[in-house]
Amino acid sequence: MRDVAIIGSAQTKFGKLGKSNTELFCDASLAAMEDANVSQKDIEALFVGNVLGGFEEGQINIGGHLVGALHLGNIPATRFEGACCSGTVAFRDAFMWVASGFYDIVLVGGMERAMIMGTPFSTRTFAMANDCKYEGTTGITFPGVFAMVARRYSKIYDIPLDKLREKMAHVSMKNHKHGALNPHAQFYQKMGNLKVEDVLNSTVVCDPLTLMDCCPFSDGGAAVVLASADIARRYTDEPIYVLGVGQGSLGHMGAQADITKPASRVFSARSAFKQAGLGPKDVDVVEIHDCFTSAEIVASEAMGFFDWGKGADAVESGQTDIGGRPVINSSGGLMGKGHPIGATGVAQVHAIVEQLKGKAPNGNQVNPVPEIGMTDTLGGGFNTIAHTILGRSRR
Amino acid sequence: MSKEFYVLTSNDYHEGLKNNKLLGLRCKNCGQITCPPLPTCQWCGSTDLEKTELSGKGEILTFARVYVPPESFEPDYIVCLVRLDEGPTIMGRLDYDKDKASLKNGNASQDIIGMRVRLDHLVIPGDKFSAGERVMPLFKPI
Repeated sequence: MRDVAIIGSAQTKFGKLGKSNTELFCDASLAAMEDANVSQKDIEALFVGNVLGGFEEGQINIGGHLVGALHLGNIPATRFEGACCSGTVAFRDAFMWVASGFYDIVLVGGMERAMIMGTPFSTRTFAMANDCKYEGTTGITFPGVFAMVARRYSKIYDIPLDKLREKMAHVSMKNHKHGALNPHAQFYQKMGNLKVEDVLNSTVVCDPLTLMDCCPFSDGGAAVVLASADIARRYTDEPIYVLGVGQGSLGHMGAQADITKPASRVFSARSAFKQAGLGPKDVDVVEIHDCFTSAEIVASEAMGFFDWGKGADAVESGQTDIGGRPVINSSGGLMGKGHPIGATGVAQVHAIVEQLKGKAPNGNQVNPVPEIGMTDTLGGGFNTIAHTILGRSRR
Repeated sequence: MSKEFYVLTSNDYHEGLKNNKLLGLRCKNCGQITCPPLPTCQWCGSTDLEKTELSGKGEILTFARVYVPPESFEPDYIVCLVRLDEGPTIMGRLDYDKDKASLKNGNASQDIIGMRVRLDHLVIPGDKFSAGERVMPLFKPI
């Protein structure tokens, strides 16, 4: 396998945008291609993460339309769907095609426009990521999944629910603080100074989770250009290298041994660490799939950053904020930045690229400029999980 | 005719539920129980399975009170995961005092975890995405 580098990356503003899926993808892609100094003829294949295009605007088979819109000739385009993990699943595949030597330069991105669907329909379609025969029938939602995770966590580690909720609130406070500083974030200049009480006293969406324990629905797109590391410096002075990738799977929630310790995430993170020849202690900055406050906590443990049951204490103590290590969700994460589900994984990669180039938004940049970053993306009830490990130096 | 690996299909399983019968699979290789049905044993992966009826009894592992439902569901219900006496865990609704199962009951709401329950069922109409009516376990305290 060859080394692979990110030579350009970009994201659109996240929020309520009033643009089509194709428009969101193309806005992000053309910006990433500009950042990479590549032209249309350089791109050999297109990989796209998109989940709900059919429900959102009646668009499936979107790959060809993206190639047409971007004037990329007749190159192959493939859509990847792994619920909220779709962007990272697409990224991992794009990486493998370049690493294998099949392509030298590819474009990978993702997008979603959920806002137009409204909350009930969005919630219905998001919930389709659960097992439709044995879970979806009950009316389980994703706030429901992570409400169940929170209660289970409280029980297993004997942390009273009210104490756990206070610890969880720190995830929301930290990520919104960073989101408020990020001009591309859905909540830019909003909610940057939340207090524990603001999170606890917000509307209960799915008991025991409040609205401020949850990420928003979002529109947005993100894209990166990947190239063989050998040619990356022809295009950029600041290639960011893909040191490792991982992906893991699990069936329905009932068949999982412990929903606070998803085995798919452990498998995926370990795969990525093994490929990179690195471990959790080597990671400076990480974008974690904080769809809910409890989600960030259990993810930080399964990735190996903290012992089981200690992730809640870590966030409460500020260990995962800037100044601590690893810094989690300095971009604002899904909570502060937004969660256009097909784009999210690629936007996480973009956020890490910005950190490793020293170009993160003012107030969110980790100093000194970090060497190693990581992304963690979750689809469904731990059914699809994928990771990337990125670095400033080639392996 | 090609070989069919499902000894118990989702239709069979849901028909059972409608009669308050919880159907599962006993593995002839490892002896353990799979529920809901799969073509393979959820513990050892064997395809040598036989249909069996379970007790429908178990204990609450965790739960959530859902105020904001997906379209086509009526709001405010409790979803739960139940570890069955025979070993597997399944998802269902919980028929219980909703205020006791929520923050209104503070830390005491956590006492529901571990509660013994028995199987009943609930049927709600399908929507255009559900491939028919929706049949689910409805667990009641013992």
